[in-house]
Amino acid sequence: MIQQVENPVLEVHDLTVSYDKKPVLWGIDLSVPKGAIAGIVGPNGAGKSTLIKSIMGLTALSSGYVKIFDQELNEVRQRVSYVPQRESVDWDFPASVFDVVLMGRYSKIGLFKRPRKADTEAALFALKQVGMDKFKDRQISQLSGGQQQRVFLARALTQQADIYFMDEPFAGVDAATEKAIIQILKKLSEDGKTVIVVHHDLQSVSTYFDWVIMLNLRLVASGPTDQIFTSELLEETYGGKLTLLSEVGELMKKGQYPSRDKQ
Amino acid sequence: MDSLIIIATGSLVAVCGSILGCFLILRKMAMVSDAISHAVLPGIVIAFMLGSDLDSAWMLVGAGLVGVLTTFLIEFFHQHGKLQTDASIGVTFTWLFAIGVILVTYYAGDAHIDQDCVLYGEIAYVPIDPIILSNGQVLGPKALIVLGGVLVIILVCIIPFYKEFFLTTFDPSFAIATGVSASLWHYVLMSLVSITTVASFESVGAILVVAFLIVPPATAYLLTNRLHYMILLSCGFGILSAILGYYLAYAIDGSIAGAMATIAGLVFGVVFIIAKYLEKSRRIAEMEELSLASK
Repeated sequence: MIQQVENPVLEVHDLTVSYDKKPVLWGIDLSVPKGAIAGIVGPNGAGKSTLIKSIMGLTALSSGYVKIFDQELNEVRQRVSYVPQRESVDWDFPASVFDVVLMGRYSKIGLFKRPRKADTEAALFALKQVGMDKFKDRQISQLSGGQQQRVFLARALTQQADIYFMDEPFAGVDAATEKAIIQILKKLSEDGKTVIVVHHDLQSVSTYFDWVIMLNLRLVASGPTDQIFTSELLEETYGGKLTLLSEVGELMKKGQYPSRDKQ
Repeated sequence: MDSLIIIATGSLVAVCGSILGCFLILRKMAMVSDAISHAVLPGIVIAFMLGSDLDSAWMLVGAGLVGVLTTFLIEFFHQHGKLQTDASIGVTFTWLFAIGVILVTYYAGDAHIDQDCVLYGEIAYVPIDPIILSNGQVLGPKALIVLGGVLVIILVCIIPFYKEFFLTTFDPSFAIATGVSASLWHYVLMSLVSITTVASFESVGAILVVAFLIVPPATAYLLTNRLHYMILLSCGFGILSAILGYYLAYAIDGSIAGAMATIAGLVFGVVFIIAKYLEKSRRIAEMEELSLASK
């Protein structure tokens, strides 16, 4: 079931990506409404990260197009923020927490210019939002996985974008960080920003996301969580991984799922 | 005076190398600089054939282009041939270097260029090879002036765009996502590495220049956790190696460039041991702190 929306903030049309002539994403057609917190779920190798990378222009498309705010990415880059996978960088790099967070401002600062007061203030504010202001001068190699993820999130927040793409922000972080991150995401959504997150943990899908995109090379489903997140569609997405599915089924029976409405 | 000129030349090679080398090792591209230092050989010879003398400016341009070609080919074979990066480096630079070797031997008869000069350089000849203007005015040692020019080019490219180099080195995909071209700065850096190699080859040779590009930054990396300190520190280590290396060569009556690179390696060894010791004592202190806190 693929639900298209009117006036989407993100529109992906007939997107196909292939590595070495082998498709890794096939004919993706989806749209996401403004203010959504959307989770992209699917088994390993389903193309979840590839979908985000191709939206961000980091992977060449074999066909199709992506529109953000009904425009090409290059027209709206200042309004788009991206949080890569934490493992994608070398955390032994000689930089401080503050250095990394300030990078979110570089494209706003522009060539030849140095960061101004407004930029350093934005970076400090973002650090405070993620609860890392005490660590601003710390070398990034001395951070835990959760703290690294908070730094990446703070860097994205300094961009003050209208849509955020995050690649597995909850992977390998502690419970406190996970809670802090989801609170920030909900705050962003309340402010009318859209957040699109690659997610692994099926158990938290219904509490975290109000929109779900189910992916397995092709798009299985895309729509509001309470309509989409069903055992049939999960089975279609994950194929024969029955143990996992039965666990999810159990959770659903216990009614631990659409609890976002209750909060 | 001559010893001062030699030390200054060595120091300039070290400073140019240190600045670029910091970015190279953080990009995990140390061996790409090795590849470039060899691959520019045909560029040097062709530029030499075109001009009657080793026309420095043209040689820098030629080398810059060959360096970019080298990095482009490495990327190309890696991405389109699915070849591992190191295999792709190996194929590219040996091939270009081999062409250079053929050209050098072919033109060896009528040129001031030969394998020894290209591979090992001779920094001791720097003071006796001045640039003389057409009106007979002596401008100063050629290698020194050329290297000074290269240092200015490097500073002009790095200082205004420090934040772009910083960002694209740390997180290229985030850079691209925010509209900062990672490949542009990649190729600018590689061009700078190429012209540094060419400017240094007469004095320290194509092989040892890699030591000046990699060893001082690697030494500095052990001691610091901020990029700008790393660059300054590695320049310091480079200059120190040039000075001590000169006197080592003087004492043992051996190759000056070789002695400078040897000292750079020794400095690395000493710093490595000190850094390990500091790390160990810091860990012990932390553990004591923890055990005190738990009491």
